[in-house]
Amino acid sequence: MHPVTPSHYLALSVALLLIGTAGVLVRRNLVIVLMSLELILNAVNINLVTFSQYYQHTHGQIFAIFVITVAVAEAALGLGILIALFRNKPTVQADEIDLLKW
Amino acid sequence: MNLFYTATDHFVLSPAIQLAFWGCAILLLDTWLIPDPRKRRWLVPIFVLPAIVLTAIALGKQHAYLVSEGAREISAFNGALTVDGFALFFNWVFLISTLIVSIVSYRYLEIEGEHHGEYYGLILLANCGMFFLATGTDLVTLFVGLELMALCFYVMVGFLRGERRSNEAALKYLILGAFSSALLVYGFSLFYGMAGATKLSVIVKAMQGRDPWDPVLFLAMATTSVGLLFKISAAPFHMWAPDAYEGAPTTTTAYLSVASKAASIAFLLRIFLGPLDVARPAWEPLLAGVAILTMTVGNFAAITQTNVKRLLAYSSISHAGYMLLGLIAGNDTGLKGIAVYVLVYTFMNLGAFLVVIALRRQNIIGEDVADLAGLAKRHPGYALLMLVFLLSLAGIPPTAGFLGKYYIFLSLVETGHYVLAVIGTLYVAVAIYYYFRIVRSMYLDEAAADTAPLASTVGLRFAVGVSGLLTLCIGIYPEPFLRLAHTSLLK
Repeated sequence: MHPVTPSHYLALSVALLLIGTAGVLVRRNLVIVLMSLELILNAVNINLVTFSQYYQHTHGQIFAIFVITVAVAEAALGLGILIALFRNKPTVQADEIDLLKW
Repeated sequence: MNLFYTATDHFVLSPAIQLAFWGCAILLLDTWLIPDPRKRRWLVPIFVLPAIVLTAIALGKQHAYLVSEGAREISAFNGALTVDGFALFFNWVFLISTLIVSIVSYRYLEIEGEHHGEYYGLILLANCGMFFLATGTDLVTLFVGLELMALCFYVMVGFLRGERRSNEAALKYLILGAFSSALLVYGFSLFYGMAGATKLSVIVKAMQGRDPWDPVLFLAMATTSVGLLFKISAAPFHMWAPDAYEGAPTTTTAYLSVASKAASIAFLLRIFLGPLDVARPAWEPLLAGVAILTMTVGNFAAITQTNVKRLLAYSSISHAGYMLLGLIAGNDTGLKGIAVYVLVYTFMNLGAFLVVIALRRQNIIGEDVADLAGLAKRHPGYALLMLVFLLSLAGIPPTAGFLGKYYIFLSLVETGHYVLAVIGTLYVAVAIYYYFRIVRSMYLDEAAADTAPLASTVGLRFAVGVSGLLTLCIGIYPEPFLRLAHTSLLK
């Protein structure tokens, strides 16, 4: 059995970052886009907690709590704005929201 | 390590305390403390006044302390907040924009039929976030300040709930904004990993002697720059700006285009001249490319626009490109140039948007270039001031815009970036073309059928007048403003 080292966690974090970025750029369903944003922020949290454990102090964990708080606020606001839009035009597909361009 | 809340901490934090207190107080007053909706309508906005006055007093005390003690900076919260000339300079700019935007919001939102007291609360809380962006010297503080500002702006952009354009603008801004903040904070987590600390001063020390092409540093640089460049709407991360500017209520657009951009520039300078300074050989060519692309996209896309808000959005993208040029030069002249540019840009861009706000009347949208036709005949004062703002945006002497561009180009020549200086100068010619489309419409085209008077209130006239006066003043007698900008140098 290999021990789990910080680099394993960092690899996981990079993977989450890439999945999240791909999700934001490729998916057209806006709810899934918002979920992908959460994935990126979770990649950040994994990074922070890993480094925090590595340095044996708490700075990173405190930073992670702030990141979680911000992520929640952002998701709540995102869904709120999505609902406001949905009342005027019932769709969650990014390519059907096309009033503003060029 | 001091674990208690000291007098210095309080002194440094006091402007933010005022802004946050009054911001929250307005939210409470609006929803709970004043039950009568008719009273609420005019009573709630009044509370912005004590907020701004008390914040100004708090900032003034800090300013006076720095001058009288001859100190370079006051550090608080174990280095998480630092008040220096740089922070004060930007905080004054934010506060002035907040004041002007709050003055003109009342009538505009009444016409839009969406006048709610929370708008003023959001403006003050956004300003609080900006305070932390200019004053923060810790990754956590900077990140939370950025998000406080951005979250307020997402709501303010989508404030016209019944209007589909506003909903759409808010959604696009939120998704792209959250994406860029997420990448930015990923970069921050890597800085923390490399340095083992979140304080900028400690990170700068830990970074010294690191290879500029180190892969982890490069990844941190790349993710952080994407986030920062997005916030100042530099190409290729500018796509949100025209949509958000067009869909948002015009008062929000004005605030977004000046205060948010100034705050993001302050943030960008803190990071690029702090932890990322060691990677200058890596980011300098990248930023040069971004600056050229930003000026190209901004100036050429503006040519074909028919909506004034969208046109000004592209013009503000190109201004971000000019500000980046000062950072690429990187000497004292360049940094001073950025400060002057931010100050000048605040007044001229606010002024231009204020004229667009005056054009929005009951049942008249008034956002198209054609809506300005014949303005010179009907409202010569507004037309003249708009002319001043547009001349200044184009950078023609004796207006203030010339001064901003002059220092940027001077710094480029001093540091031997001749190609960038030439490109920047050429794009001024393109800019003159599209700004003068508006001027032609105002002065030469026949008046359109609509002869409804402008939605001009005492506050709006005052705000436009002050912006116009300062735009001219800074251009004609720049000495005191240059001295102020000089105090804002970071190094």
